[in-house]
Amino acid sequence: MTRAGRWVSDHVVMALAIVVLLYMFLPIFFVVLMSFNDPASRLSYEFDGFTLNNWTDPCGPSGMCHSVLVSLQIGFLATLGATLLGTLIAFALVRHRFYGRAATSLLIFLPMATPEVVMGSSLLALFTSAGLSGSLGFWSILVAHIMFCLSFVVVTVKARLAGLDSSLEQAAMDLYSNEWQTFWRITFPLVFPGILAAALLSFSLSFDDFIVTNFNHGNTITFPMFVWGAAQRGIPPQVNVVGTVMFVVALTLVLAGGLLQRRRPA
Amino acid sequence: MSVASAGVPASGTVHNEPVSPRRRKRSFTGYWLLLPGMLWLVVFFLLPTLQLLATSLYDPAGSLDSGYAMTWAVSNYPHILSSFEAPFLRSLFYAASATILALLLAYPLAYSIAFKAGRWKNFMLVLVIAPFFTSFLVRTLAWKSILSDNGFLVNALQAVHVLSPDGRLLATSVAVVTGLTYNFLPFMVLPLYASLEKIDLRLIEAGKDLYANGFTSFRKITLPLSMPGLVAGTLLTFIPAAGDYINAELLGTPRQYMIGNVIDNLFLVQLDYPSAAACSVVLMAAIVVMVLVYVRRAGTEELV
Repeated sequence: MTRAGRWVSDHVVMALAIVVLLYMFLPIFFVVLMSFNDPASRLSYEFDGFTLNNWTDPCGPSGMCHSVLVSLQIGFLATLGATLLGTLIAFALVRHRFYGRAATSLLIFLPMATPEVVMGSSLLALFTSAGLSGSLGFWSILVAHIMFCLSFVVVTVKARLAGLDSSLEQAAMDLYSNEWQTFWRITFPLVFPGILAAALLSFSLSFDDFIVTNFNHGNTITFPMFVWGAAQRGIPPQVNVVGTVMFVVALTLVLAGGLLQRRRPA
Repeated sequence: MSVASAGVPASGTVHNEPVSPRRRKRSFTGYWLLLPGMLWLVVFFLLPTLQLLATSLYDPAGSLDSGYAMTWAVSNYPHILSSFEAPFLRSLFYAASATILALLLAYPLAYSIAFKAGRWKNFMLVLVIAPFFTSFLVRTLAWKSILSDNGFLVNALQAVHVLSPDGRLLATSVAVVTGLTYNFLPFMVLPLYASLEKIDLRLIEAGKDLYANGFTSFRKITLPLSMPGLVAGTLLTFIPAAGDYINAELLGTPRQYMIGNVIDNLFLVQLDYPSAAACSVVLMAAIVVMVLVYVRRAGTEELV
């Protein structure tokens, strides 16, 4: 490669990458900016004036903070359910022999390849035909969220489990630890980062879900449902306060996790 | 490289060395581990999909109150295809445009993270997913502010005469495709990064030793070796984009409605279940067929 060519490939590609990253952060900048907005009218999407009112009175819009609470509850329970069921499946797939492996893999893959609008409407069709359409709510959202998080847990944990060095387990067995001890002292701690990643992924998928929830929510209002409803009537700027807080909390968690891992290499 | 695990961040480098079948235990434990989760998928994924198929063949003369009769009304399909041809085609066109744009944006970014970032690699990966920590809907509403008629972007484009003085971005196809591209971009970046990162740099050096210039070694070595990530990324972007209707609703108008808007409206507003179910089945079938053809032509390995 000529010197000019090397300079181009070294700098232009990186410059492009930084431009793309800036593009990715542009809306975040606007979410933070709009959280300080004093909108001129209910349907205004432009920055009309600076105020701290949205931050001092985050629960001003009626129902918004309650919807955040509902989303947190559903997110927590869905994460628990999906992580447990999905981890069991991942262990079966990597460590056990069974008949019907191809069908099992297909059934795990399909929910990830199905558009949410199809999954949501299918569940509604099922609940309606079972005569449950009048009682949809918290439970039906939870059931649906566990369903679509499950496959993502399986692939995440499975990847970690498959990359595990099995000689560590063999060494433990050679040193007379039984299967139970080997599992809890060796296997589980080694797989745990995968399980944690799967749980975080599940939580964010569940907390942020709109489409599947929209079909099966009954009268229960999650945070995305609240935003959707508000978008028709005029968005309260406090929505951006929630968006900013979510961003900061998640970023802090990820950075803290990264620092912990650096200090204690797995 | 699997389609699914490629999209999963934070799990670090994935070594997919399968445990040799001999090491897998043969006992009933495997079935017990599978049972609860697979039961969940059968009852809340497989069964609903079959019910959707059945609903799409119900007598369209029925209603939610009086109940639907199963009449194997195959005619529901030609009916919805002719009524909603435009939103169907629009969905495919928007999703394809967003996928191509996302690929063009994601490739330099993934390439830089894999080969140029050095010790900033992990930091840049966090930057890629960080914008997606906020809610999908809040993010999309932020685009509404960015693209708004008196916003800086419209003013700038009008000043350089890309847009006419009364031209707008909001409520156009451009806005919807912008939103779709943005919202599914990490699904393109992460699998691309995962497969670029695995490339053995000695191959590229060998290419240079054989007098390949930068472009040739990219075309003959880097690009082919990143194909698994490229295939996974395009699928992970295209599939959710084709079914999405949040961007069309918030950034577009009914003239930009995609098939998701139609399904949502038929199910939840019109309460026309047979037509709505038929639309869902067609969307699903179209995607399954495209995925199968695409994966076969691209020649990737197993999916899960």
